[in-house]
Amino acid sequence: MSNSIIHWFKFASPASFYPLAGRMIPWFWLLAAAFGLSGLWLSFFVAPTDAVQGDGYRIIFVHVPASWMSMFIYLVMAAWAGLGLVFNTRLSSMMAQALAPTGALMAFLSLWTGSFWGKPMWGTWWIWDARLTSELILLFLYVGFIALQASIDDPRRADKAGAILALVGSVNVPIIYFSVKWWNTLHQGSTVSLTKAPAMAHTMLLGMLLMALCFWMYAIAVALQRVRAIILERESHAEWVRELKEVLA
Amino acid sequence: MKAFAFVVRRDLLLAMRRKSDVLSALFFFVIVSSLFPLGIGAETALLRKIAPGVIWVAALLSTMLGLQRMFAADHADGTLEQMALSPEPLALLVGGKIAAHWLVCGLPLVALAPLIGLQFDLSGAELGILVLALLLGTPVLSLIGSVGAALTLGVRGGGVLLSLLVLPLYIPTLIFGSGAVYAHTAGQDAGAHLSLLGALLVLGLFFAPWATTAAIRIAIE
Repeated sequence: MSNSIIHWFKFASPASFYPLAGRMIPWFWLLAAAFGLSGLWLSFFVAPTDAVQGDGYRIIFVHVPASWMSMFIYLVMAAWAGLGLVFNTRLSSMMAQALAPTGALMAFLSLWTGSFWGKPMWGTWWIWDARLTSELILLFLYVGFIALQASIDDPRRADKAGAILALVGSVNVPIIYFSVKWWNTLHQGSTVSLTKAPAMAHTMLLGMLLMALCFWMYAIAVALQRVRAIILERESHAEWVRELKEVLA
Repeated sequence: MKAFAFVVRRDLLLAMRRKSDVLSALFFFVIVSSLFPLGIGAETALLRKIAPGVIWVAALLSTMLGLQRMFAADHADGTLEQMALSPEPLALLVGGKIAAHWLVCGLPLVALAPLIGLQFDLSGAELGILVLALLLGTPVLSLIGSVGAALTLGVRGGGVLLSLLVLPLYIPTLIFGSGAVYAHTAGQDAGAHLSLLGALLVLGLFFAPWATTAAIRIAIE
């Protein structure tokens, strides 16, 4: 095992990860564009018009992937932050910091598109549905994380404090979700049920999955780009940064 | 255990020397909950309906007022560092500070709540459940809040930031706390909500001092 082909921990150092990330970014953009174009084509031209909801339902091709990603990114962010706290690796914390704005954007997009969908379907921009409410709280958690990191000047302390907040938040996310769910059933006897939707056509499901992959690749590409910026900012004192082509230019 | 009792006594003593801080948080609670009838109108049926929610939200906000004081003074004069250096486990001392915060900021709210409830025309049984729910729920507020207080130690704009961090985490306590009273009003058993509040309390007792300790060590590093 000692002669393994790649020494993985090599990329835990910002100096070696920076060029690697630079090489990976175009590929993820390419994947995002490919998945996005095929997903959009499928969802707008191939997927049939819904019998009940008409063409308005097509917003779910953006809405559902955005909601999935907002939850998934929070978990990934908490995992990176936890890794950074345990192993004291700077790069992990930088990844967590780079993911947070994208996650917040996804949560916001999911709420925004959700209310666009709700207006024609439910006749209202907002209902206090369990999913909507917990998505809103998730957005609050992202905003708290970003605000805490922004208000601490020492980057290492900001990393660690943010990590504790992200971990506490990830313990709380399921509790919040279930509490909101039970609260919802107590207060509103008959809200519109999202879970009992009619079985979806295969093309709809495929379109949604392709769009989810597109959002996923986009999130990776953007997070890598942002982490490169964070590395440059924090390591600006280092010799290797000063010798970079783009810095010298 | 002796160290725990000592920290509790010390913090209580400090709070007693500065009664105005404690009292202003209490009056804040009373004033905020009295504002609602003025804003909404004094229709008894409506007031009875919103009372548990209003009292709980007011309790949330008024415990938040005291949170910043939990560690700030000790951080400023170096006491917190001495605590971290002491042979006693820091989590135990932190637990003492949280207990003192609850005794100063939480318990008086529990005692005052029936009075506010009367203003909102709650019945005797509802008042009893409200008090029970607050008794179980306010320690959870102090426990969760301590994590936020430790994270924002010596940070720019600490007060506003603290509310941004802590309030979303308070939501389950708010839901189950006011839900207990609503369930009783709707003719259901409030036991389920109270049990869930108890579960939150146990979880908080286990995790919060530990997370707070980690946050304090980061702050004084």
